[in-house]
Amino acid sequence: MAYTTENNQSGLMAKAVKEGIFAGLIAFGMFLLFVGIETYQDINNQLVWRTRWGLLAVFVAVAAIGRFVTVGFIKPHLDSRKLAKAKSGVLEISDEKGFFRTHFLKIALVFLLCYPFLAMLIFGRQGSLKYVDNFGIQILIYVMLAWGLNIVVGLAGLLDLGYVAFYAVGAYSYALLSAHFGFSFWLLLPMAGILAGLWGIILGFPVLRLRGDYLAIVTLAFGEIIRLVLINWTDVTRGTFGISGIEKATFFGIWSFDAGAPNNFAKVWGLPTSSVYYKMFLFYIILALCMLTAYVTIRLRRMPIGRAWEALREDEIACRSLGINTVTTKLTAFATGAMFGGFAGSFFAARQGFVSPESFVFLESAVILAIVVLGGMGSLTGIAIAAVVMVGGTELLREMEFLKHVFGPDFTPELYRMLLFGLAMIIVMLFKPRGFVGTREPTAFLKERKAVSGSFTKEGHG
Amino acid sequence: MMRPIKDRIRGNYMEYFIQQLINGLTLGSIYGLVAIGYTMVYGIIGMINFAHGDIFMLGGFAALIIFLILTSFFAGIPIALLLLLMLLVGMLMTGLWNWTIERVAYRPLRGSFRLAPLITAIGMSIALSNFIQVTQGPRNKPIPPLVTDTYHLGAITISLKQILIVVITSILLFAFWYIVNKTPLGRAQRATEQDRKMAALLGVDVDKTISITFIMGAALAAVAGAMYLMYYGVASFNDGFIPGVKAFTAAVLGGIGSLPGAVLGGLLIGLIESLWSAYFSIAYKDVATFAILAIVLIFKPTGILGRPEVEKV
Repeated sequence: MAYTTENNQSGLMAKAVKEGIFAGLIAFGMFLLFVGIETYQDINNQLVWRTRWGLLAVFVAVAAIGRFVTVGFIKPHLDSRKLAKAKSGVLEISDEKGFFRTHFLKIALVFLLCYPFLAMLIFGRQGSLKYVDNFGIQILIYVMLAWGLNIVVGLAGLLDLGYVAFYAVGAYSYALLSAHFGFSFWLLLPMAGILAGLWGIILGFPVLRLRGDYLAIVTLAFGEIIRLVLINWTDVTRGTFGISGIEKATFFGIWSFDAGAPNNFAKVWGLPTSSVYYKMFLFYIILALCMLTAYVTIRLRRMPIGRAWEALREDEIACRSLGINTVTTKLTAFATGAMFGGFAGSFFAARQGFVSPESFVFLESAVILAIVVLGGMGSLTGIAIAAVVMVGGTELLREMEFLKHVFGPDFTPELYRMLLFGLAMIIVMLFKPRGFVGTREPTAFLKERKAVSGSFTKEGHG
Repeated sequence: MMRPIKDRIRGNYMEYFIQQLINGLTLGSIYGLVAIGYTMVYGIIGMINFAHGDIFMLGGFAALIIFLILTSFFAGIPIALLLLLMLLVGMLMTGLWNWTIERVAYRPLRGSFRLAPLITAIGMSIALSNFIQVTQGPRNKPIPPLVTDTYHLGAITISLKQILIVVITSILLFAFWYIVNKTPLGRAQRATEQDRKMAALLGVDVDKTISITFIMGAALAAVAGAMYLMYYGVASFNDGFIPGVKAFTAAVLGGIGSLPGAVLGGLLIGLIESLWSAYFSIAYKDVATFAILAIVLIFKPTGILGRPEVEKV
C-alpha cells in the first residue's frame, strides 16, 4: 500500500514537472515576440526594436512554475478534499444562515446611506471626494446599468451586447435638451428614460425574431451604429468633441450647486464652499435610482409579465405553445431595460457635465454584461457584489501607489486596469461559471423537479 | 486607415467604378480570411469567438516585429522571402496563441451554459488588446511600404500589393477548401460540426479536432493581419475590434457555418465598404456595414449560403 502511494507520488511529481516544462515552452513561444521584443519609435520617428529577455524569462517562469504547482500540489489537494467530503457523507447544505447573511440587505442599505458621511468623517471634506465620487457614484452607476441590463439578459434571457446605446441615448437626450431648451434635471430624467425606452422599442421591434447569438450581434451592431452617428453627426452632437457645460442637477430647484448662484447650497447653509456637497447629493440620487430599479425589478418579477420573462428565458417554444405573446413580452423587457439605461445615462451626463461618444464604446457594454453574468444572471445581490468587485477593483488599481515602489517609478497601474479586468472576467467565469451568487431560479417553479433546469442544458436539448 | 478617394474628375465613371471594385475586392479578401475563422469555430462549437479579431491583430503585430528584426539584421533581404517569413511566423505564433486560448479559456466551459464561453471570449478580447497595449505601447506603429509597384490600365491603378493579397487569399482558400473537403482531418471536422457526441462515439478525437480548427482559423487570421499591415502600413493594438466585427458580419452575411459563405460575405462587405465610401460618405462606411448586418439578420437570418436552422424541441 505504502509502495503504491509512493509510486503515485513520484509519478505525480514527474507529471507535474513534465507539464510545467511544457507550459514554460508554450509560454516561451507565445511571449517570445510580444514580450521578448519591444518595438518603439526612436527620435527620428523610426520604428526600432530592443530585446527584453528578463521580462520574457519572468513570464515563462511564472507559467512553468504556476503549472507545476497546480498539477503537483493544488489539484491533488483539492481532489483529496473533495474525496474526503464525499466519503464523510455530510452535505454542506444547511438552511441556517448567519446573522450577517440574513440581514445582509439591511446592513448594506444602512451602510450605503451613511457612506458619504462616513467618508467625510474619516477623510475630511476634500479627501472624501475621491471616495464618494470615484468609488461610490461610479460603482452605483454600474450597479444601476447592470440591474437594468439584468431585466433584458437575466430575466428575459435576451443577450444584448449594445446596451450602452441606451445609456448614450439617455446621456445625449439630457445634454441636448438641457442645452437647447434649458429643461431642468428633474424634468429631463424621466424624459431621457422614456426616450431611451422608445429607442428600445424601435431597435427591439425588428430584431426580436432572432435568438441567442444572432440577437447579440445585431444589438452590438445597433450600439456601434448609434456611437458612429454620434461621432459623425457633428451639427447636432459636435462629434468627438462632445458636449460640455451641461447644467448641474439642482435640489428640486430649491438649492443650486453652481458656485455663483445666489441659492447655492453651501451659501444658504453657511457651509464652507466645496464640491463635495454636490457629489454627496449625486450619490443619493443614484442610490435612489438604483433602489427604484431594484424595486421595479422585484415587483415586476411577481407580476404576470415578469413570470412571462422568466418563462421565456427557460423555454421559448414552450412559452409560445402556452399562448404567451413572445413579441410583446420581449419588447417590454427590452424597453424596460432601455429605460433604466436612459435614467443612468441622464444621471451620467449631469454628473460629468460633459458627454462624448468616447464614453459609449462597446467595451462599456461588455463591462456591464460581464457584471451581470459574473454576478449571476437574475440575482440582484450578486450583480451588486460583482459591480463592487469589478468596478471597485479596477478603480482601486488607480490608488495603488505602493506598486510604484515595487515595480519602479515608471509603473502606471492604470495601464493594467483593462488587462486585469479582462483576465478577471475569464478567471471568474472559469471557476464560477454561474456567477458569484448563482443564477436565479424562476420565481414560480413546480415543487417536484423531474428534469434538470433548462439553464443547465443546451438550447433545445434535455 | 482611410484610403484617399482617387481623383474623381480624372478618368470616366466606369473606370472609377472598376477602381473601387478592385479596392473592395482587396479589402474583402482580408475580411473573408478572418471570417473563415469565425464561421468554422461557430460551426464546430457554436460559439462566437469574440477574441478572433484580436488574434487577427496579434498576427499583424507578429508580422510587424518579424519585419523589424529581419530588416535590421539582413538589410538586403528579398521582399518575397521577407513576406513569406512574416506570414509563416505570424501563422505559427497566432496558431499557438489560439490553441492556448481554446485550451485554457474555452474548453473547460464547453459543457457550461451558453453565455459562459461568450463572456470568456469577450474577456479574452479585452485582455489581448490590452496586453499588446501594455507590452508594445499604445501608439500606432507605422512601417515603411513593403511593396510599392503599381500598374496602370488606362485610368485604373492596381498596386502589386493588391494583386498579392488577392493571390495569397485565393491560394489559401484553395488549400483550405482541400483540407476541409478532401482530407481525413476535414472529414473529422465536418463530423464534429454535425454531431459532436456521435463523432466522438465513432472514434473522432473531438478535442483534437476542435483544437486544430482553432489553429487553422488563427493561421488564416494571421495571414489576414499581416496583409492588413502590408496594405495600410500601420498596426495598432485596437485594430482587432472593428475589422473583427466586420469579419463576423461577413460570416453572418454569407451564412454562418458555411465556408464559401464566409468568403462571399467577406467580398461583399469589402465591396460595400469601398463603394459606400466612394459614392456616399467615408464617415458612415461602418454604419453601412452594421446596417447591412442588421438587415440581413432580420430578413434572412441564415445568410446567403447558410442552411436553415432547424428548431429542435
